[in-house]
Amino acid sequence: MITKAIVDRLKEIVGPENVLTQREDMLTYSYDAAVLDAKMPAAAVMPGNTEEIGDVVTVCHENSIPLTVRGAGTNLSGGTIPENTGLVMLTGRLNKIIEINEADMYAVVQPGVVTATLAAAVEAKGLFYPPDPGSQAVSTLGGNVAENAGGLRGLKYGVTKDYVMGLRFFDARGNYVKTGSRTVKCATGYNITGLMVGSEGTLGVLDEITLKLIPAPAARHSLVAVYDTIDQASETVAAIIAARIVPATLEILDNFTIRAVEDFSKAGLPVEAAALLLIEVDGHPAVVKEEGEKVEALCKKMGAASINVAQTDEERDKIWAARRSALSALAKLKPTLVLEDATVPRSKIPDMVKSLQEIAERYQIDIGTFGHAGDGNLHPTILTDKRNTEEFHRVEAAIEEIFDRALALGGTLSGEHGTGIAKAPFLEKEAGYSSILFSRQLRAALDPKNILNPGKITGVSTD
Amino acid sequence: MANMNELANLVKELEEQLVTCIRCGMCQSVCPLFEQTRKEADVARGKLALLTGLMDNIFSDPDGVNERLNRCLLCGSCAANCPSGVNVLEIFIKARAILAEYKGLSPAKQLIFKKMLANPGTFDTLVAWAGKFQGLFAKPDDNAQGTSCARLVSPLLADRHFLPLAKTPFHKEIPKDGFRKKGKKLKAAIFTGCLIDKVFPNVARSAIKVLDHHGVGMSIPAGQGCCGIPALASGDRETFTRLVDHNLALFRQERFDVLVTACATCTSTIKKLWPSVYKDASSGVKEQLTELAGKTMDINQFIVDNVAPELSEAGATPDQAAEVVTYHDPCHLKKSLGVSAQPRALVRAAGCNLKEMSGSDKCCGMGGSFNVYHYDLSASIGQIKQENIAATSATTLATGCPACMMQISDMLAKGKANIRVRHPLELYAEHLENTNR
Repeated sequence: MITKAIVDRLKEIVGPENVLTQREDMLTYSYDAAVLDAKMPAAAVMPGNTEEIGDVVTVCHENSIPLTVRGAGTNLSGGTIPENTGLVMLTGRLNKIIEINEADMYAVVQPGVVTATLAAAVEAKGLFYPPDPGSQAVSTLGGNVAENAGGLRGLKYGVTKDYVMGLRFFDARGNYVKTGSRTVKCATGYNITGLMVGSEGTLGVLDEITLKLIPAPAARHSLVAVYDTIDQASETVAAIIAARIVPATLEILDNFTIRAVEDFSKAGLPVEAAALLLIEVDGHPAVVKEEGEKVEALCKKMGAASINVAQTDEERDKIWAARRSALSALAKLKPTLVLEDATVPRSKIPDMVKSLQEIAERYQIDIGTFGHAGDGNLHPTILTDKRNTEEFHRVEAAIEEIFDRALALGGTLSGEHGTGIAKAPFLEKEAGYSSILFSRQLRAALDPKNILNPGKITGVSTD
Repeated sequence: MANMNELANLVKELEEQLVTCIRCGMCQSVCPLFEQTRKEADVARGKLALLTGLMDNIFSDPDGVNERLNRCLLCGSCAANCPSGVNVLEIFIKARAILAEYKGLSPAKQLIFKKMLANPGTFDTLVAWAGKFQGLFAKPDDNAQGTSCARLVSPLLADRHFLPLAKTPFHKEIPKDGFRKKGKKLKAAIFTGCLIDKVFPNVARSAIKVLDHHGVGMSIPAGQGCCGIPALASGDRETFTRLVDHNLALFRQERFDVLVTACATCTSTIKKLWPSVYKDASSGVKEQLTELAGKTMDINQFIVDNVAPELSEAGATPDQAAEVVTYHDPCHLKKSLGVSAQPRALVRAAGCNLKEMSGSDKCCGMGGSFNVYHYDLSASIGQIKQENIAATSATTLATGCPACMMQISDMLAKGKANIRVRHPLELYAEHLENTNR
C-alpha cells in the first residue's frame, strides 16, 4: 500500500511536482501498446538523477511496493502495465546522452533517451547504432534494453543485446550494480549485462547504459521484387540465405498488407502482387555491387515477376517509407490491432507463411503479414474489434495456434516484443517447466519481496 | 451537478472515433507540450484514454479530465503523425464542448464569448475602446517587432511583449457596406479574421494589393464576425453556432469563386470545423457549410496554385545579397491543410533569400487560449522557436498566421532579437509596390 507518508517521502526525494497520484494521471499509466486489460497504479514518480532513482527503489524495497519502470509505454507485450498497488517510475527526465566516444566507439546514455535521438546523434559523427525498432521515434533505450528490442536490421546487425556493453542499475534492495565495461572484451565476473538485457524490469532498475557503436556503412543498394505467389517470395528469402548473402534488411509484405499500404500511401505499389520483398544490401561499395547483382539474379531465378532497383536516394527512401507505413496502414482498417512476432529459423519462413494463411482461413479473421523475413521474424497482424467478443475469442485461439506452429518449426514465441504479461502463460510451452522454475528461483533470490515488475515473464501477478 | 452517468452517455457520442486509437504512442514524438513535460496526460494518447475513462464512468467528477483536456495547443501535430488516423482535433473540440455544456462555462468565459464575441458589433466597439486606452497601461518597447509590455505589474499580462491594437481596425478602412472590386476572371471573397482586422490590418491591405495586382475580383462583406474558434476551443458550441450562422448569412449574399483568408487558423476552422462541429443537422445549414468549406482556401495557396502558378518557380536562384527571411509553418496551415510550399513561394517571389530554420513546422506554442492559461509552458515552447529563428541569421520571420505572428513577436522581443515579423503577403505586396514604382 502506498500510504500518505510514502507519498510524502517520494515528494521529498524527487520534488512534489514529480509525484503523481490523481486518479486521472493513474489512468494514463495503466496501459501500453499491447492489447491487454489496463491496470491503474497507485502513484507515479519522475526521478531526475541517479540518487533519486536509488532512493525511490529503496522506498519500494522498505515498503514492499511493486515497482514498474515506464519509458515511452510502446511495449507490445504488456511489460509496462503496472500493479494496482504499485508505483510507476517514469524515465522522461532521465534523457541525457552522457557521452559519445568516437575513439572507442561507444555511447553512454540515461535510460530515457529516445532511440532515434541517439541514432541521429551518432550518425552526425559518422557512426552507426543499428537497432531500429518500429517505435524508434518514441521508444527509449532503457525500454529497448529491458525488452531486447529488434528492428529491421536484425538479420545482419543483430538486435539490442548485441550492442549493450555495460550497465549500471539498482537491484531490488536499492544497491548500485555495475556490469560490463567500456572495452570490446570483458571477462570479469558473471555476464550480468547479458542477463539484464530483456529482463523487462524484473531484475533491476537501469540508471546508465553503455552501447556499442560501429562505423556507418559506405554504400547501400535497395530493391523491390514483385511476386505472383507468396511461396515464391518466401522461397527467395531461404535461397538468399542459402547463397551466404546477408542483406542488411530483407522484408516481406503480403497482398493484404500491400493493398492497405497502397490505399493509405498511394506509393504506386502493385496491388495485384501476392507478395513483395524489399531488400537492402550495404557495406563496401564493391561488395554492395556484387551482392546486389547476386540478389537480383536470385529473385529472378525464384520467379519474381519484376524487380525495381532504387536508382536514387529518394527512390530508396520511398521503398522504406512504404515498409515503415505498413503498420500504420493496417491500423487504419479496424479499431483493434494485435501485432504478433512469433519467429522461426529463417529457413522455415516458407512453412510459417503457409501456416499463417491456413490460420487466417480457419478462424475467419483478417491477418496482414509483413515483417523481417530475413531473420525469421514475421509480424502477423490481426485486425479486429475488441468489442466484438465472439470474434475476439477466435483471435485469441488463432494467436495460440500461431504460437504452436512457430514452436513446432523450432521457433520462439517472441522475436522482439518480449514476454511481458501477454506471453507469460505460454512460456512453459517454449522453454519447459524447469527453465521457468530456474527463472523464478533466480528472481526470488535477487528480489525476495517480489517488487520488481511482478507478474511479467515468469507469470502470476500478485493482484 | 447532474450525475456522471449522464456525462458518460454524452461522451459515447465520440466512441467510434475514440476506439481508433491503438495506444501505439507515436504522438509522443511530435507533441510540443509532451516535449516540455514528459507527462502522458499531456499527449494525445493520454487524453484519449481519459475520455475513454469518462465514457466508462470511472471518475467521480469531470474536473480532472477537463483540466487535462484543456492543456493542449490543438496544434494537430499528433493527428498529422497518427498511424491510425485518429481525428484528434475533432474529438478534443467535441469533448471540450460536451464537458463545457455539462459543467457550464466559467463566468469570465460567459462574459467574453456570449456577451462580446457572439455579437460582432459589440465586440468591435469594445475593442475600439480598448485601443484608445491601451497607452495607459502599456508602453511600447521600441523594437523590430513593435511590441509593448505592461506599464504596471499585472498578473494577466505577466512579462508578455504583446502587439498593440491597430489605431484603426481594417473594417473601418473599407466602405460601410463592404468592399467590392471587379476583376478579370476569378472572384475571391475575403474573410478577414479578428486578429488581422484588429492587430494586423496591413495583412488585409496587402491581400487587396496582391489580389488586385493579379486581376482577381474581390468582395469583403461588412460586419464580419469571428470564425468561432476561441469559443469552440473553450467548448462554447452555442456562441460558435451563432458566429457561424452570422458569417454564413453574410457570405451567402456575395458571389464568389473562392473564399480566402490570410489567417491559417480561420481557414482551417472554416474548412474543417464549421461543417463537422456545427450541431443543427436538420436545417440544411450543414450542407451549405460543407459547400462553403469546399470553396475555402488559404490565400497563399490560392495565389500560387490558382492565380499565378508562375510564382511557384520564382526566386529559384535567390539573390544572396537579398534580405534573409525564414519561414515558420503554422500548424493550422501545414498539419491541418497541407499548405507549406505556397507561402514559401510568395516569400521567394518577393525577392527574399529564404533560409530554412530547423524545425520550421514545430508549433510556436501559441495555441490560442493555451497561451492565456498556460503562459509559462507556451513561452518555453516558443523559446525553442525563437532560438531556431535566431540561428538562421534572418532579419525577417515570415508566417501565414496572425496568431503565430503574435506569439513569435513576443518570443523574439523577449530574446531581444532584431527580427521583424511579417505575413508572406506583406512581403510580396511590398515587393510589388517597390517594383511598380
